[in-house]
Amino acid sequence: MIDGILTGLQTAFSPINLLMVFVGCFAGTFIGMLPGLGPVSAIALMIPITYGLDPASGLILIAGVYYGAIFGGSTSAILINAPGVSGAVATAFDGYPLAQRGQAGKALAIAAYGSFAGGTVGAILLLVFVPFLAKVSLSFQSADYFALMLFGCTAVAAFSGKGQVVKAILMTLLGLMLATVGEDPSGIQRFTFGNADFYDGISFLLLSMATFALAEALIVVLRGSGGSATASDLEKDKLGSMKLSSDEVRDIAPAVGRSSILGFFVGILPGAGATIASFLAYGMERNAAPGDKKEEFGDGSHRGLAAPETANNAASTGSFVPLLTLGIPGSATTAVMLGALLSYGVQPGPRRYIDSPAVFWSVIISMYVGNIILLVLNLPLIPYISKLLSVPRQLLTPIILFFSLMGVYLVSFNTIDLSMMVAIGAIAVVIRILDYPLAPLLLGFILGGMLEDNLRRALLIWDGSFAFLWQRPITATIMVITLLTLLIPVIGSLRDGRRARHPDPFME
Amino acid sequence: MKQRGLQWTASRLARFAGTVCLLLCLAFSGSVSAADRVHFLIPGGAGGGWDSTARGVGEALARSGLVEVASYENLSGGGGSRAMAHLIETADRQTNTLMISSSPIILRSLRNLYPQSYRDLTPVASVVVDYGAFVVRVDSPYESWQDVIDDFSANPRGVNIAGGSSRASMDHIVAALAFQKSGVDARQMKYIPYNAGGHAMVGLLSGETQLLSTGLSEAIALADQGEVRILAMTAPDRLERVPDVPTLVEQGVPAVFSNWRGFFAAPGASAAQIQQFRATLSALFETDAWRTIRELRGWTDFHVTGDAFDTFLDQQEQDMAVLLRELGLLE
Repeated sequence: MIDGILTGLQTAFSPINLLMVFVGCFAGTFIGMLPGLGPVSAIALMIPITYGLDPASGLILIAGVYYGAIFGGSTSAILINAPGVSGAVATAFDGYPLAQRGQAGKALAIAAYGSFAGGTVGAILLLVFVPFLAKVSLSFQSADYFALMLFGCTAVAAFSGKGQVVKAILMTLLGLMLATVGEDPSGIQRFTFGNADFYDGISFLLLSMATFALAEALIVVLRGSGGSATASDLEKDKLGSMKLSSDEVRDIAPAVGRSSILGFFVGILPGAGATIASFLAYGMERNAAPGDKKEEFGDGSHRGLAAPETANNAASTGSFVPLLTLGIPGSATTAVMLGALLSYGVQPGPRRYIDSPAVFWSVIISMYVGNIILLVLNLPLIPYISKLLSVPRQLLTPIILFFSLMGVYLVSFNTIDLSMMVAIGAIAVVIRILDYPLAPLLLGFILGGMLEDNLRRALLIWDGSFAFLWQRPITATIMVITLLTLLIPVIGSLRDGRRARHPDPFME
Repeated sequence: MKQRGLQWTASRLARFAGTVCLLLCLAFSGSVSAADRVHFLIPGGAGGGWDSTARGVGEALARSGLVEVASYENLSGGGGSRAMAHLIETADRQTNTLMISSSPIILRSLRNLYPQSYRDLTPVASVVVDYGAFVVRVDSPYESWQDVIDDFSANPRGVNIAGGSSRASMDHIVAALAFQKSGVDARQMKYIPYNAGGHAMVGLLSGETQLLSTGLSEAIALADQGEVRILAMTAPDRLERVPDVPTLVEQGVPAVFSNWRGFFAAPGASAAQIQQFRATLSALFETDAWRTIRELRGWTDFHVTGDAFDTFLDQQEQDMAVLLRELGLLE
């Protein structure tokens, strides 16, 4: 294994391969910044270019594009509330408010550091524990996934401001309901009205672009030009500042550490992926935060930005575990990667890291190099990128509208998606005016599909009995954690309530 | 004066003629016949089976010089029906287009999930085939297909059968066919749907299911590396690529199922056009570029072309309709 790692290091640090990582990261960042174009499209675009290269270089280029695209996605989420990839949706929750407060540079820097940390921890875990990790990804059954998704739902608390718990729960339910649109696993059409365009359900990216970017732009239009203070009215020179005080670093660091590990392990599970990891990390950090820090979430919390951004990069690294050890792609992106591997005649699998260590280890090591290059590449660019916000609203709003609509269209080439997006965007504006939070809607939607599929499978396998909830150790453990997460704040606030004679502890 | 005028006109004429010639040359080089340019319409997203086959064929055609340019368009939606609708609607502009499809096109039309059927398109030829495979973990007590059937007869609820697509779609239907032809009641099967073949494989390896119904090509790699065993597959004869995997037929179960992947042209395509497509695809099988890609991907050639392809499709449609009715999945 040491020999393998050394061979890998040698391959990864050859000048041509360093150039490949650089080119990949650079191209990926720009593709990822365009709303709608994510790692899948970026890699698919790159594959033909890599045909002429030798396998290690080709894969390194692709790994670079992959990281770049994920990173680029968070830039557009922070600056214009238009997450370029679904993994960056949770980044927008706190990143965009921060940018609006004139701290775009700081927000982008936190995202860059978070991504870097997540990728680093992920790469190290991958390097050290590969053979063991394959077993972890195979120990999870449908019942455990169900429990994990249920645990994810407890993150709803993280998305509800003061006195909004009921509203947040309602929005989560709406999200769960929207997730049922389409053909269900028993082959039955639900809410498709016989229209083939709805068979595949609503895409998460469409929903998040409509509720965030589009709704935001529409609200700006509704308010008129003189309405709110825009970033351009704020101190322009502060926009690009990316200085973090040592207090801020100390505040973020533990969140980054926790999120890297959580993200990585969620990433290992086939099907869970970076998006769910980022939501789980966001929820976990909110629940773990002390009282006053909790209030900041959703309103420009540094932790709230660092957590999902770290987790989604760690998860992206983790998602290579099932791919490299079993040849099983856990996500659309890794499926495209598998295609690329196969066209080089590299069949990933349990023996791969023994049979051809050069390819295996150089891919893993170049992932890490990719992380470093991303940081080096992006930090100097941040002051310039964040100046985007000083573009006057009258110009910026049409640009946002154009790119978000274009992004969704480029994914599906379906005009129905555009109508659907505009309709959802209009509804989202009404929802926002009524002061309902929209993030829980996305939470419910992203978890809903997996929640239902896994519950269905677990029930089928257990012949309709719910016994798996306590008979399977992993499921039971996650269920206990879920219950504790739900109960501890309630008990705490009951106690506080009694002391302070709080009128309604549940409205905390 | 007159002469000068004439000269001037002559040189002008020459220039004019030259320009026309140039334009004609450009027009000819630009006017694309099928052999110059093929546009692949892929009804699913990047990374899927349709995508990899279309891109593999396109790459081999381009590398071997059979076509100058191969372009691709992923148009997913409606389980493939959006691409079909698009091809039908814009048929007159799609003279160079080949749409990739496979057996599910027949299944989904039968179940009325598509407003169209393959008959609304022009069948060209099939290129590769995959067979259904029944896979177990290495430590599974099942040693042969008969062991599965014995266990199933004793306790149908005890055999969880995983598949990478929803109920009544291919993985389920192929398993049902094998069970039915083994003489047991396939309606009692406990089919556990996953949203992708890879996820179903993970389900099998995690121990929550006992049997996996999947494509042979998706199982070969893991079987080669000793992670899973393939008990049986639905080809009519043993395959060169996996000489140790027995067919269902030789185990006394007359169940044969071919999941072909092939190409369709727009409705109303001219006979000459179809002829050219067929000639190009036939030439494909002789190229080294194709052999290389086929080896890498583990595909099996399945070249049914001409009228034989139409007959093949009709036959498969009839067989599946009978099976779906017997399973109570179709009125």
